Amino acid sequence: MAVTIALVGNPNSGKTTLFNALTGSRQFVGNWPGVTVEKKEGLLKGYADVTIVDLPGVYSLSPYTPEEVIARRFILEERPDAILNIIDGSNPERNLYLTTQILELGIPVVCAVNMLDVLEKRGDKLELSRLSTALGCPCIAISALRSVNVRSAADLAVQCASPAPPDKRSGVLNPPVSFNAITERAIAELQALLPYPQERGNRRFNAIKLFERDEIALARLSAASTLELERIVALAESELHDDSESIIANGRYEFVERTVAKCLARHRPGTSATERIDRIVLNRVAALPIFAAVIFAVYYVSVSTVGAMVTSWTGTVLFGSIVPEVIGGLLDSAMAADWQRGLILDGIVAGAGTVLGFVPQLLILFFMLAFLESCGYMARIAFILDRLFRSFGLSGKSFIPFVIGTGCGVPGIMASRTIESESDRRMTIITTTFMPCGAKLPVIALFAGALFQGSGLVALNAYAIGIAAILISGLILRRFKLFRGEISPFVMELPEYRLPTLANLLRSTWERGLSFIKKAGTLILLSSIAVWFLSSFGIVGGGLRMLHADEISRSFLATIGGMLSWVFIPLGFGTWQSTVAVITGLLAKENIVATLGVLYGAGGMQTAFSPAVGLAFLYFNLLCPPCCAAIGAIRREMNSARWTTFALAYQLCFAYAAALLIRIAVTLIFA
Amino acid sequence: MRTLKDVPVGERVTVTAVRGSGAVRRRIMDMGITRGTRIYVRNCAPLGDPIELVVRGYSLTIRRSDAAMVAVEGTRLTTHT
Repeated sequence: MAVTIALVGNPNSGKTTLFNALTGSRQFVGNWPGVTVEKKEGLLKGYADVTIVDLPGVYSLSPYTPEEVIARRFILEERPDAILNIIDGSNPERNLYLTTQILELGIPVVCAVNMLDVLEKRGDKLELSRLSTALGCPCIAISALRSVNVRSAADLAVQCASPAPPDKRSGVLNPPVSFNAITERAIAELQALLPYPQERGNRRFNAIKLFERDEIALARLSAASTLELERIVALAESELHDDSESIIANGRYEFVERTVAKCLARHRPGTSATERIDRIVLNRVAALPIFAAVIFAVYYVSVSTVGAMVTSWTGTVLFGSIVPEVIGGLLDSAMAADWQRGLILDGIVAGAGTVLGFVPQLLILFFMLAFLESCGYMARIAFILDRLFRSFGLSGKSFIPFVIGTGCGVPGIMASRTIESESDRRMTIITTTFMPCGAKLPVIALFAGALFQGSGLVALNAYAIGIAAILISGLILRRFKLFRGEISPFVMELPEYRLPTLANLLRSTWERGLSFIKKAGTLILLSSIAVWFLSSFGIVGGGLRMLHADEISRSFLATIGGMLSWVFIPLGFGTWQSTVAVITGLLAKENIVATLGVLYGAGGMQTAFSPAVGLAFLYFNLLCPPCCAAIGAIRREMNSARWTTFALAYQLCFAYAAALLIRIAVTLIFA
Repeated sequence: MRTLKDVPVGERVTVTAVRGSGAVRRRIMDMGITRGTRIYVRNCAPLGDPIELVVRGYSLTIRRSDAAMVAVEGTRLTTHT
């Protein structure tokens, strides 16, 4: 018989580590429908048909954050056969608050109490047998990190899941928390209002949710019942001089306090290692310099040194000469036609090279980010920078994508993963590529050299405008209903510092790398082939044929450029040549340099572009939708075609407006 | 009435009520700030906001604007440095 076990717990409770220990390599990673929250499932080791579903880390089953809504919907609608609740034993009160809610769902629960070693190091001791009695469900001590007892915990959950009538299941009939008499009376009355057939254990959970005026529970109530509910709840509230949400939360925490008092032998707290580290790392004076050093280290290793070395090797040596030579040799011996050669070498190999060229750099970056996340520093970054970024409607964690984005937009966008709030993450994804990346530097250099005597001010200006574009966009995007409506409470735990295990870091790195290759790779490969076709074929003398390198003016791309060029007339560069350069720039920004070189030749730039128009063209290309690799990354991270389209449309409009303003401003200043 | 927003770093207080409504208030309560909870204000960010609290044995950070929803009273009896 197939059994499903849901893994539920607070963030930072060791849930992912436990999940990895239980399932090994038998995992499937996807996304929950409609949101960018990751969905992970795996088969329990040693069983043929036991599936473990790793629910997002939550602190409560309230209806507000996407993670909470997902976890709750899964439990209520999919009805897993058992719940394995992982509890951070070093922080029992807040963890047990969630447990009190889980125990009301009418599903067998097993509590796996993790990290008791941290607790014991403090000199405290948690009596698990007493905890079991108080909660009415089995509690077992585990260490997810050292794989101690994890099998026994899972075995226990499987046993509890064994088919039994719902009311006979352990811990179902008598949820442990009873509220005061007035509240209990209201809950009993509300249970009678529940319109839909419920399994026995579920009724109490739903009645409590109704009492809290929970949006999701209320939505299923008829108008008449809603009036009746309002009467019942208002009566209880006036009798208790408090509002219903607070009555329930207080009741739960009071129960948890009593329980912990019974089970926990506390000693006088000394200073923990985390406290000592934070005294330095979060020190008011030292915090920012330390943060800058950390970011510099991440950037330096993943973008400028190791990353750049590996990437340029895969880009220029592996996919620039070795692979093309080998395949070229093969094609020669097979006597391939010119167009087959072109398709394979310039379309497919070049496209695959673009995809895979990013991979080593991405893996290094992902590894470092995974380290920052799992050691606990990422939360501190948000703490340090929140004030600064919030004024522009962005999150403190957006800083990392922006910094990485100055190296390459692709890992920059992928780094936005670490932002929990969905709306903050989307804003970051949309704005990250405004930073001039490495591939945009040659374009900047070209214009600086051709039109401004190689002035370094052009590059400096490009960064300034990139930063301004991000901040202005933060302010603009917050005005959209899409971003305003969502709530991103910044009430965040600063987890204890922990040394992550290498296995967990490598696993996270690998998963993210693979998902980039799969999702973004396809898009990059297809656009590479498409642009190759459009630029190397054309109708010549009434027939379709492949063109020589100097015949680009007769290509389909040139025709398309000619058709679209009117769009750029207000910006001053409404020629087919500039339009073609913009299009080839979508494949890779550095292509703009080569395209302009072919089309205008040496010295043609000055006649084609006045300083004002040159700057307009430059900034349009710096701010407009990025190269297809970055677009692929946007598509991957948004996980939605609609949001990707929105992002690209916004970037296009913003770039157009900015270029127009720059042209007008420069013309006025120099006129 | 005094709120958590105005409590200086290093002071201990007790929560008397969590005011306001909606998601942020619920989140504050879910994270363990309920009536009667003792809070130690441990630190604040380099730019003065947000603040770091010790609540129920763990470390929580919250913006000052949200901290204004939490009414507190001083428990100067257990002064702690």
